[in-house]
Amino acid sequence: MTSQTTLSSEVSEKIKDEAFDVAPNWKLVWWRFKKHRLALVSAFVLFGIILIALFPDFFSIQDPNKSSARESFMPPQGISFFHDGSFQVHVKPLKGKRNKTTLKMEWGVDEKRILPLHFFTSGYEYEVFGLFKTDLHLFGIEKPSARNSFHLLGTDRLGRDQWSRLMHGTRVSLSIGLVAVGLSIFLGILLGGISGYYGGWPDLVIQRLIEILQSLPPIPIWMALTAALPRDWTVEQTYFAITLILSLLGWTTLGREVRGRFLSLREEDFVMAAKLSGCSQSRIIFRHMLPTFTSHIIATSTLAIPVMIINETFLSFLGLGLRPPAISWGVLLQEAQNLQSIALAPWLLLPGLAVIFTVLALNILGDGLRDAADPYS
Amino acid sequence: MSAEPTQSTLTNNALISPERLLDVKELKKYFPIRKGVFKSVVGQVRSVDGVTFHLNQGETLGLVGESGCGKTTTSRCLLRAINPTSGEIRYRQADGQLVDVTQLASDQLRPVRREMQMIFQDPFASLNPRMNLLDLVGEPLLVNGVANRKERSDRVADLLRLVGLRPEYMRRFPHAFSGGQRQRIVIARALALNPRLVVADEPVSALDVSVQAQVLNLLLDLQEQLKLTYLFVAHDLSVVRHISDRVAVMYVGRIVEMSPTDELFLAPKHPYTAALLSAVPVADPRIRSKMQPLEGDVPSPSNPPNGCHFHPRCPFATELCRQQAPDLEEVQPNHFVACHRQAELKLSGVSEPT
Amino acid sequence: MTNQPLLEVRDLQTVFELDEGTVRAVDGVSFNVYPGRVLGIVGESGCGKSVTIKSVLRLIEEPGRIANGAIRFRSKILGNSSAEMVDLVQLPAKSAQLRALRGNEIALIPQEPMAAFSPVHTIGNQLMEVIQLHQPVSDGEAKKIAVNRLKEVGVPNPESAIDRYSWELSGGLRQRAMIGMALTCDPLLLIADEPTTAIDVTTQAQVLSLLRKLQQEHQTSIIFITHDLGVIAQLADDVVVMYLGKVMESGPVDQIFHNPQHPYTRALLRSIPTVYTKNRSRLPTISGSIPHPFQKRTGCPFVARCQEALPEQRCANQAPALKAINEHQSVSCFLHGEEVNVS
Repeated sequence: MTSQTTLSSEVSEKIKDEAFDVAPNWKLVWWRFKKHRLALVSAFVLFGIILIALFPDFFSIQDPNKSSARESFMPPQGISFFHDGSFQVHVKPLKGKRNKTTLKMEWGVDEKRILPLHFFTSGYEYEVFGLFKTDLHLFGIEKPSARNSFHLLGTDRLGRDQWSRLMHGTRVSLSIGLVAVGLSIFLGILLGGISGYYGGWPDLVIQRLIEILQSLPPIPIWMALTAALPRDWTVEQTYFAITLILSLLGWTTLGREVRGRFLSLREEDFVMAAKLSGCSQSRIIFRHMLPTFTSHIIATSTLAIPVMIINETFLSFLGLGLRPPAISWGVLLQEAQNLQSIALAPWLLLPGLAVIFTVLALNILGDGLRDAADPYS
Repeated sequence: MSAEPTQSTLTNNALISPERLLDVKELKKYFPIRKGVFKSVVGQVRSVDGVTFHLNQGETLGLVGESGCGKTTTSRCLLRAINPTSGEIRYRQADGQLVDVTQLASDQLRPVRREMQMIFQDPFASLNPRMNLLDLVGEPLLVNGVANRKERSDRVADLLRLVGLRPEYMRRFPHAFSGGQRQRIVIARALALNPRLVVADEPVSALDVSVQAQVLNLLLDLQEQLKLTYLFVAHDLSVVRHISDRVAVMYVGRIVEMSPTDELFLAPKHPYTAALLSAVPVADPRIRSKMQPLEGDVPSPSNPPNGCHFHPRCPFATELCRQQAPDLEEVQPNHFVACHRQAELKLSGVSEPT
Repeated sequence: MTNQPLLEVRDLQTVFELDEGTVRAVDGVSFNVYPGRVLGIVGESGCGKSVTIKSVLRLIEEPGRIANGAIRFRSKILGNSSAEMVDLVQLPAKSAQLRALRGNEIALIPQEPMAAFSPVHTIGNQLMEVIQLHQPVSDGEAKKIAVNRLKEVGVPNPESAIDRYSWELSGGLRQRAMIGMALTCDPLLLIADEPTTAIDVTTQAQVLSLLRKLQQEHQTSIIFITHDLGVIAQLADDVVVMYLGKVMESGPVDQIFHNPQHPYTRALLRSIPTVYTKNRSRLPTISGSIPHPFQKRTGCPFVARCQEALPEQRCANQAPALKAINEHQSVSCFLHGEEVNVS
């Protein structure tokens, strides 16, 4: 055959691109993703945030629920790096004085003393995933006391450490986002897949369901559903209920998308080819159809997580979601709701910054993933 | 004909000569047009409207026509890639048994489909971009019971060699290959289960001119080597002339003429065939065609004209053509024409090669 | 050819700066278009024929740019005298001069007329808009001109067709309407980018004969781009054969088809199936496939597939320049010309 000689002449020039030629799709996506600098930075930021969500106690400086009436509304303490011309990471202690007329505590910096900051110090004891106990913390001061206290982001009305609460809030808010999106993906792929692959009456029923769910105004529905949760439920029960509510209402967009993909993929030649060569239906779905848009699903869900986080924050902020003693970003912000806190202790709004950073990072990452997964859209 | 269906199939089967691989009778495929909220059927697209032809073992039948003539739909019905509305597709299996493909349940279809394979037009769309050559070419083997990995990769290597690709390429993904090479991969995949019938749907029309000939030659070589039967669907008459033993011309869902290739090109008997031939731009500036191009456009299969579908564009149409559709009749041995005036018309085809 | 060229393209280089590297889509292309003649540019995918005409129309957008060369056009609007030629490369992009030129003196027939017409305006409105953009006429007059144009390109019932939308017309009629639109201002140069690729062979025959007829009536110059050698043979007076951004051979159509000088032209003509071939015969093939445009190349782009390549890697190491081998025909190949022996 003439063709055999033909191709051998090409081999030499082909060998150069060997790595490209044998690269599976995920590698191609990764190569494209790497070029998106901002998304790469976002990925690192998120990695850090996820670490915090996994080990909030390690990053905390104090038990987030420990309150102290004498330490309410302490302002954040700045970290300094030099003392007397030599390198020494430290903070300055705060000195409280009660104002005689207003009866409020007024905090001033005690310039005479320093509190050296230590890394990997021991502090309060906590459990890691119920596996073992430790008292190791990323940073802190030695022997904290009423005179020598350290609150990186200040304290709230009850004198609880804002930084530690933020760390714990990260765990709850992020995990609600992730779990709710995970459930939405499951529902979206399952129902959207059935709808798109089989068509007919299942499609009709699921499409109408999606339309109904999408036509409901979300805020009143959340409010109604969360208000219906029994008051005496534990923190964990409400937490799961909220997640479930968010995902039950949130899968519709993804469901539509998956359905559309299945509909168009059904007509693709390679799916037809698979069918004609005797592939079973499950093989066609899981080996041929799903892999062609997994990268899309990942990108879409990355973009869906911030929406879920915002939703949770929003619900809790309104006092309808999680309630104290649970700690989430929304709960933290709810405590900063009144005018008094904003005027007296503006640092209580700092969790809002955490929300903004996380949501931004997730959105940029999602955009980067989407571009990498499909450079043409 | 007996009223009892089993009886009638038996008598019909007896009529089929053993060299016939496939016999298609009165094949129809209508697509409903749905409109409105309740998706009620407001019309039919008669994509394939009563097509009858046969395929002999080892030959190539070219199926030509312009877009919307139903050639692709016909080819897909043969493999039940889409289900025909009515008609018979009788196929002689390797063991000599005759089956009507239209009547098979999906589990009965599997063994028949092993013997029929399809080559698609666009080699960029018909290969799953997420699979490497081993998985792509080996998939038909895997799903049809060749579980042993070593055995499978040996067979894939053989197949790749057969279509002129290097077996070392096995770990590569389709994006590493050019259009012509991809079409070779598609062919290798189609041949994996040792098919007897290969339906090729415009296999070279998406390829560059300089690689078309390679693929055509490969298809011819493989046919001789493996005793394959081809149904070759194409719009390009020069490609069809090159590869086919016989040619069937379709127009708006019907076959208008079917005959051995040379006869059809040199002495067409249907005015549409003649018009089609004269419309092909000849790659020779010294033969600038004196042709009268056909007037008008191909009618829509959802609303075809009465009588002979070709009559609005036909320079020879009479009142009869406007009212009554002609049947496809064998006017010479092996030459079928559907035209009321075929006997009186003197049509010219292409001249002999100079 | 005694008369002066209408368009002179000299050493045109258009490059695309992509992340993966620089693609020289058009790499030193030169050709002439003479008044009243049809120039066919033929080539396979990636040969740069579309980029060439986009360059002529100055429609190259980021990340592409014209890196070098001249596109000289004998414009009636921009030139001071008929002897003067305007170099389109020197005109600023998006300038008023370029806009005046496009549509007025240089018109385009695109490959996909469906995409070229707006679906929300009637054919008539779009035709009238073009007419009024370039000629100061009233609505009524513009409509009259539009109807005449449609009649001229063979649209049946032009008076009613003018009120229809592009998607209501069949592919062939749409392409006719597109040709009518391109001709509204009696352009000096008509550029047709594969105008028959998307339509059926009987409709293609109609469009080709229409183009022939109009070209003879108006004496318009046409650049016709296609991959179909048959179409070129039927329509063109002169032919440019391109491969991977370079001109392989150019000359009068009869010379190209009956006396091809470049190994690529020869191989291509041999390898195409025709309605004349005996059935089941093997065609001579061109080995291999078209190299990817990202690949770095020195030498002749066709060398890897050429059966007549010179010994000692000469063709692979050095690119042959386009040389005139007689009064009309030019070839870029070391097989022609004295350079073969000069080292």
